[in-house]
Amino acid sequence: MDKFRMIFQFFQSNQESFMNGICGIMALASTQMYSAFDFNCPCLPHYNMAYGLGILLVPPFILFLLGFVLNNNISMLAEEWRRPQGQRGKDPAVLRYMFCSMAQRAMIAPAVWVSVTLLDGKCITCAFCTSVPVETLGNASHPLLSQGEIQRVLAQIPCKEIYHGQELIANEVAVRYLRCISQALGWCFVLLMTTLAFLVRSLRPCFSQAAFLKSRYWSHYIDIERKLFDETCAEHARSFAKVCIQQFFEGMSTDLVAARCHLPRKTSEDAGEASKKLLGITDRGTMNMALKSWHRCKPPLHLLPPALPSGNGWAGEGQPPVHPSTPRRETAAYYSLV
Amino acid sequence: MMDRFRMIFQYFQSNSESVMNGICGLLALASVKMYTCFDFSCPCLPRYNMAYGLGIMFIPPIILFLCGLILNRQSLVMLDEWRRPQGHRKKDLAVIRYMCSSIVQRAMVAPVVWIIVTLLDGKCLICAFSGSMDPEKFVGFANVTPVQVEQLLAKVPCKDDELMRNNTSHKAVSRYLRCWSQALGWSILLILIIAAFLARWLRPCFNQASLLQARHWSNYIDIEQKIFEETCCEHSRLFAHKCILHFFESMRQEIKLHNFNLPREGEGDEGEEDLLQGITDQDQVNKLLETWYYDKPPLDVSQATQRHPLGRERSPLPRADSPRTHSKFPQHTNV
Repeated sequence: MDKFRMIFQFFQSNQESFMNGICGIMALASTQMYSAFDFNCPCLPHYNMAYGLGILLVPPFILFLLGFVLNNNISMLAEEWRRPQGQRGKDPAVLRYMFCSMAQRAMIAPAVWVSVTLLDGKCITCAFCTSVPVETLGNASHPLLSQGEIQRVLAQIPCKEIYHGQELIANEVAVRYLRCISQALGWCFVLLMTTLAFLVRSLRPCFSQAAFLKSRYWSHYIDIERKLFDETCAEHARSFAKVCIQQFFEGMSTDLVAARCHLPRKTSEDAGEASKKLLGITDRGTMNMALKSWHRCKPPLHLLPPALPSGNGWAGEGQPPVHPSTPRRETAAYYSLV
Repeated sequence: MMDRFRMIFQYFQSNSESVMNGICGLLALASVKMYTCFDFSCPCLPRYNMAYGLGIMFIPPIILFLCGLILNRQSLVMLDEWRRPQGHRKKDLAVIRYMCSSIVQRAMVAPVVWIIVTLLDGKCLICAFSGSMDPEKFVGFANVTPVQVEQLLAKVPCKDDELMRNNTSHKAVSRYLRCWSQALGWSILLILIIAAFLARWLRPCFNQASLLQARHWSNYIDIEQKIFEETCCEHSRLFAHKCILHFFESMRQEIKLHNFNLPREGEGDEGEEDLLQGITDQDQVNKLLETWYYDKPPLDVSQATQRHPLGRERSPLPRADSPRTHSKFPQHTNV
């Protein structure tokens, strides 16, 4: 149990740092994704806005949900929320704390994506190039172009190689203007996010700190309890499997003893030791039978009490065992039916 | 010794899911790497484009899916559990379904990554659908016959072609298709992430108890198989040990019979004698090695386990074909 305690102290102290690590990795991954992604503005009047705003807003939403999906605590939260009350009361403050802490961590990667996108400027340039103020920046009194034509020309601003509206408005001028606005928005966004984070961290202790400490404790408790339960079930499954296999081999050797009762055995201590280690299987035919029986006729998921080894019944003859020849072992007193 | 096994099995248990997740992540990275290394070269011919483009988009994911199934150890365990005869142990279909769904989910990650990377890059869709574009949407196809239009559109993905280099309408087609391809890629990614989120969020709302049971018994089946294999390994080690000791004994007996050695006196050197198994010169060793190759001992140590290890008054050992070693069970005689 000491070992378990150490393992769970490790998990407890590091669950938060583990989640912080994942959060940092996702933020880095989002910048990497942005630089790897080949931004390709369609340069067509109605498509630009959809594409530009889509690239600005859809990947952050995906990253936000991904932050939830990768967080193991989400199923714990849902479980705690949906469980029947039973004998243990439910505390909504704990649920709120868990949800808030998960949401805060999941917000970081989307915020990084939006900041990087705005600071780079391509998305805003693509989305809003048709709304450039031509009167102030260019030559609005171009006589031969209708509104639709002007829109089509302006939509080509992000694609320098196909832009042919230099007389209307210079490409450089429009791009610089849009980029300047985009970067200003980007810096404001970063400032806003940082201010919010600062306020949340510094003002929280001023309000209901005691309730906060309680919620944090009980949310950690629920996490640890679930992990400990899973570990205990795994330990149980191991012991169950070991005893089940032991009884399988014992049952087989009992059948063998019953079937070979015409061979008088010279029981010496060493023979007992050797056949105990060899599980009563001493030749090829018997081993093949054991392997075939393991596949064809697995033992039931029902551990027998220690004093009664019984055969698996595949020896064919219904001879009762002469005496339980295998020495007593420690068996776990688990009984369960499948 | 059992403690050591217990520690090793704890390691395996706690890590088999993380091993599977690790393999899944490695396959996803491998699929991205494969895509970047692959030299996509669109044929730029009217009917070949679609086949090539869609082929590159769909065939590698199938291969990656099958790889994901092959590399997952649990798929063999699941198949074994599904196909075994019922015998004394009932089969629980919920467990098999749980194992199947977890295997399929992990195997689907790498193919989905390939498809999304393909769509976000755009080359496949441009290659496959450039021939299906409506030429009237783009300037520059006005005074061209339909056959020529088809040829020209098919050449859009090949940027290095002489005609294409400075042609703006082809760039427009390329941009248009790329925009659609990227939009499709992001949409698919969004839908999948929403589905994953809903699955993780909503699963505890339905049948949580039976899910816990299915998960426990699927872990159990995995552990039981591992422990059984370990037990068989231990057994075969002991079996081999006994078999070889038996072989050395029988060689020593033969040598004694042939050499008419005088009975040795003194108990002092018994320990070392035992290690040498009575084989003390070059000819004897050669004879032993030859016999080991030409006449391996039978797979039967039932007589060996009955003998007193240090006794000298022994009867000659029964051979494999003597009637005493026949039992009711079928023996394979070609040892």
